[in-house]
Amino acid sequence: MSETIETEAQIASAVRADAPPAIVLQGVNKWFGALHVLRDVNLSVASGERVVVCGPSGSGKSTLIRCINRLETHQEGKIIVDGIELSDDLRSLDAIRREVGMVFQSFNLFPHLTILENCTLAPIWVRRMPKKDAEELAMEYLTRVRIPEQAKKYPGQLSGGQQQRVAIARALCMKPKIMLFDEPTSALDPEMIKEVLDTMVMLASTGMTMICVTHEMGFARQVADRVVFMDRGEIVESGEPESLFSDPKTDRLKLFLSQILRGH
Amino acid sequence: MSDITANAAVPHQSGAERRQPPVATTGLVAWARMNLFSSWINTAITLALGYLVVRWTIGFIDWAFLNAIWSVPVVNGQAQTQACREIKGVGACWAVVTEKHRFILFGTYPYEEHWRPLLVCVLFVALYIVSAMRRFWNMMLIPIWVVTLTVIGILMWGGIFGLTYVPQERWGGLPITLILSTFGLAFAFPLAVLVALGRRSKLPAIKTLCVLYVELIRGVPLISLLFMASVMFPLFLPEGMNIDKLLRAQVAITLFAGAYLAEVVRAGLQTLPRGQYEAADALGLSYWQKTGFIILPQALRLVIPPLVNTFIGFFKDTSLVLIIGIFDLLTAGKTSIVEPAWQGFGIEVYITIGLIYLVFCFAMSKYSQDLERELNRHRRR
Repeated sequence: MSETIETEAQIASAVRADAPPAIVLQGVNKWFGALHVLRDVNLSVASGERVVVCGPSGSGKSTLIRCINRLETHQEGKIIVDGIELSDDLRSLDAIRREVGMVFQSFNLFPHLTILENCTLAPIWVRRMPKKDAEELAMEYLTRVRIPEQAKKYPGQLSGGQQQRVAIARALCMKPKIMLFDEPTSALDPEMIKEVLDTMVMLASTGMTMICVTHEMGFARQVADRVVFMDRGEIVESGEPESLFSDPKTDRLKLFLSQILRGH
Repeated sequence: MSDITANAAVPHQSGAERRQPPVATTGLVAWARMNLFSSWINTAITLALGYLVVRWTIGFIDWAFLNAIWSVPVVNGQAQTQACREIKGVGACWAVVTEKHRFILFGTYPYEEHWRPLLVCVLFVALYIVSAMRRFWNMMLIPIWVVTLTVIGILMWGGIFGLTYVPQERWGGLPITLILSTFGLAFAFPLAVLVALGRRSKLPAIKTLCVLYVELIRGVPLISLLFMASVMFPLFLPEGMNIDKLLRAQVAITLFAGAYLAEVVRAGLQTLPRGQYEAADALGLSYWQKTGFIILPQALRLVIPPLVNTFIGFFKDTSLVLIIGIFDLLTAGKTSIVEPAWQGFGIEVYITIGLIYLVFCFAMSKYSQDLERELNRHRRR
C-alpha cells in the first residue's frame, strides 16, 4: 500500500509544476436572490496543489467550493474543472462529479446503508465496477482511514469522527482527481477533530488535489500550499500559509486572524 | 409512587446491612393494585366494568355458540328456517352462512365453476405471502406478479384451455374484493411514487400536472369517481365500443388511491435532509440512481405506518363499488339475505364478512409492524 502512496506522491510532485491547472475559476459571480455571494472570484488550482480556504462565516467560502462540483450554479464567469467547463450540459456535469469527491460538514452518509455499501454504491453504479472489486477497493480505503472493522455497521452506530472518516473513504472510492472538503471538522467534538485531520494529512501526502474550507489553522500550516482568505464573497488575500498568517496585508485578514487566534 | 413504597419498605432494624427489598412495583398483583384498586372509586369502577364485560361475554358466547343453529334442513331446495326464527335474539343462526357461504364468497359465479374463484383467492393469498418475504425482494418478483395475475385473469374469464367463458357481470364476492384492491394498489403505488417525485420536480409542466392530478382526484368523493367511471365515461366512447365495467371501476379506484398515496410518499420525501441529495449528487449518481438507492428507500421506510393506513383503508373502500352494481364481498353478503327464507339474518352474515375483512387487514397491519422494525434496524444504535 505504502508503495502506491509513494508513487502517487512522486508523480504528483513531478507534474505539479507544469501540468494544466486542475481547477480554474474566472470572474465567477453568484447571487442568492439579491444577495451577492461571490464577487469576481478568480482562482487557479494546480494539479496536486492543496488549497485551504478560510474566512468569516457568510464569506462565501462554502458556496465557492460547492460551485466547483455544481451543487450550486454560478451565474457569471467560467469554472473549468479537469479541463471541462461547467455548464448546463448534463454529460459534462456527470464527468466532473466522477472526478471530484466531496466531504461535507455533516458527513451526509446514507444512514440506511452499511459502511461498506456507502462506499461501494457509487463505484458500482457510476463507475460500473464489479461488486467484488468495489468491495475490495472500499476495504482498502476503509483500512487507510483506519476503520475496516466497522464495514458491516450502519453510520448511526459510529462516532462523528468515524463517520467523517467513512465519508472521506466513500469519496476516495470513486478515485477522484480532486477532493473538496466543506468544513469537515466543524460538526465534530474536539476530541474527534484530530483523527479526521490526520486522515486528511495522510491524503495530502498522496498528492491529491485538495480544496479545503476550514478554520483549522494548524492543518493549513501543516499541509496547505496556499491559503485563500475570503470575506464578503471576495478573495481578499492569498498566499503561502506562513507569510499570510504572520504578515497579513489587509485589515480584514488581521481582524479575522485575531478573532480566530483569540478563540484558541 | 415508587419512592413512597420504597421508603415504607425500609425495615426499622438496628443492622443497616439487613435491608429488605422494596415492595414489588411490578408483576400482575402489583399492577392490578396500582391501576385497578388504588382507591374506593377505582375499585367500584373496576368491579362495575368487570361485571359488564363478563356478562356481555357470557351473553355473546350463549348467542354465538351455545344456542346457535349451525344448519337447517333443506326441503325441495327451500331452506326450512323456522327453527332459526324461533331462537332469534337468543341464538345465532349460522345456518345462513353454512347455506350461503358459496354465494357470499363467489357471488353469482356459475356454481359448478366455483373451484376457479376459489383457486384465484388461494393464488392471491400465495402472492401476498411470497411478496411479503424479503428473500423474494428482487427482480424475480415482477415475473411472479405478471404470471400470477395473468393466471388469475384466465381462471376468472375462462374461454381458453377448455375453461368455459364467464362474463365479468357474473363475477362476485371475495375475488372481486381481492382483484380490486390488489390490482388497484399494485398500480396505484408506483403511480403514487412517480406523482410524489413529480410534485417535487423542477420541471414546471410535470409539477403542474402532478399537482392538478392530486388536487382534482382528492377533491372529489370516491363514489362520484365511480359514478363517473360507470355512467359518464361510456358516453365519451365511440358508438359500439365498450370497456368492461369492472375495469372502469378498477381505474377509478387506482387513480383515487394513487392521489392519496402520492401525498403520503411526498411527506416521506420531505423528511429527508438536503444533505442526502447533495451527497448522492456529489458522488455522481444519476437522478434515478439517487432516487432509487438513496431517497426512496429512506423516505418509504419512514412512511410505512401511513402507507399501510391508506392500504387498509382502500382494501375496505373497494366495497363502495356496490353502488355501480359490482358484486364485491360485502354486496354478495348483502344479496345473500334477500331471499325471503333468510331475511332477517343479516347480523350473522355481516359478522362473517367482517371477520374476513379483519383477517386481511390485521395481516397487513401486523406485517407492516414487523417490516418497520426490520427495515429500521439501522436506526437502532
